Amino acid sequence: MKENKKLQVSAIKDGTVIDHIPAKNLFKVIRILGLMNLENQVTFGTNLDSQKLGKKAIIKLSNKFFEDEEISKIILVAPKARLNIIKNYEVIDKKLVSVPDKIIGIAKCVNPKCVTNHEKVKTKFKVLSKSNVALKCLYCEKITDEEHIEIII
Amino acid sequence: MKNRSLVSIDDYSKEEINRILDLAEYFEENPNQKILEGKVIASLFFEPSTRTRLSFESAVNKLGGRIIGFTDSSTSSVTKGESLNDTIRTVSKYSDLIVMRHPLEGSARFASEVSDVPVINAGDGANQHPTQTLLDLYSIKKTQGTLENLNVFLVGDLKYGRTVHSLLIALSNFNPVFNFISHEKLRIPDEYKLILDELGVKYYEHSEFTDIISKADIIYMTRVQKERFSDPVEYEKTKNVYVLKNSMLENTKENLKILHPLPRVNEIDEDVDDNSKAYYFTQALNGVFTRQAIISSILGLK
Repeated sequence: MKENKKLQVSAIKDGTVIDHIPAKNLFKVIRILGLMNLENQVTFGTNLDSQKLGKKAIIKLSNKFFEDEEISKIILVAPKARLNIIKNYEVIDKKLVSVPDKIIGIAKCVNPKCVTNHEKVKTKFKVLSKSNVALKCLYCEKITDEEHIEIII
Repeated sequence: MKNRSLVSIDDYSKEEINRILDLAEYFEENPNQKILEGKVIASLFFEPSTRTRLSFESAVNKLGGRIIGFTDSSTSSVTKGESLNDTIRTVSKYSDLIVMRHPLEGSARFASEVSDVPVINAGDGANQHPTQTLLDLYSIKKTQGTLENLNVFLVGDLKYGRTVHSLLIALSNFNPVFNFISHEKLRIPDEYKLILDELGVKYYEHSEFTDIISKADIIYMTRVQKERFSDPVEYEKTKNVYVLKNSMLENTKENLKILHPLPRVNEIDEDVDDNSKAYYFTQALNGVFTRQAIISSILGLK
């Protein structure tokens, strides 16, 4: 069993492992965090078996550590993600993704008549509910609920 | 309030609302004075709205200010494809204050972010129309002597009517009781009921327009809009159910006043117009004093 886990994802010396990403949202997480522009070593695996999520994805980033605010952006696509902070092959800290107060420029407003869907305006939302994420647009004041959240970056 | 935009009724606290209403009273007593002399107010109406525009322009003119702008977007550079961003940035260089009506929701908030001068929202789609709310509050205060502890009936389209939603939120500062009367398809949205629950405001919902109005201090009538119904037969039926007639006012309270944001279609029968409880035309006049108060307060002149 242990052997099997090792085969799925190889270890890193120092850096961050983002675990428990829903497999279908792996590439959204990569886009939101801008990982495609990193110079660091990045490995990822997807469609891995997970008891919690069915199919999960995992991202390993060498020598990369996130500020809480930066990582909180993925709450919309990977609310159950867990961060393992690795130093010298050891997990020295585990973190859950915290819910930010505001979400800027990541999601689309569900209201077709909202100014953000017609002019070049970065969307801005207040996060209303911390359990089931609901976003209140700071422009048109309409609420985009979890099932209608569309990622635009 | 000085130099601050007014986009949403939430932008003003209870104290600030009271201050505007006191100022409106002052302007009602002294409507003509030249305090806006030398000031240029931009009036940008990206969609036509005769009543709101004329009310703003009348307010500015009575105070000696000048107005620049356009009355619908076909006569502006929007037709050349200019973005809202560019229009607002440019106009804010020419003016001391921008009054803006736009069909897109959130457009006024966006304009307030890119403008060098304060922006007053004169309606952004179905979202907000805070100067209407303030004039409604002024009308209520003037006729009742207070905003506190009133029993307010709202009738008609409670689902889509933005004036209803903003009025609810603003009046919730003053310990009201609300009675909502509407067709089941036009009931007050759940999100507003949640807000009222959180604030501990009492409200009751009714589908019949009956003698329960005998308890009302204010009846706020709204128009049921045809475009809200996919079935024209249903519209015809509904619009004739929620009609206020003079005979219904017999057993109502002495202090009752009937308000309507106008324009009306048939929801208030014309036989109500001569009843002393009908207040909707005076309400429109109050819009001028309220807008005088808002403009002079934002420009720091009062």
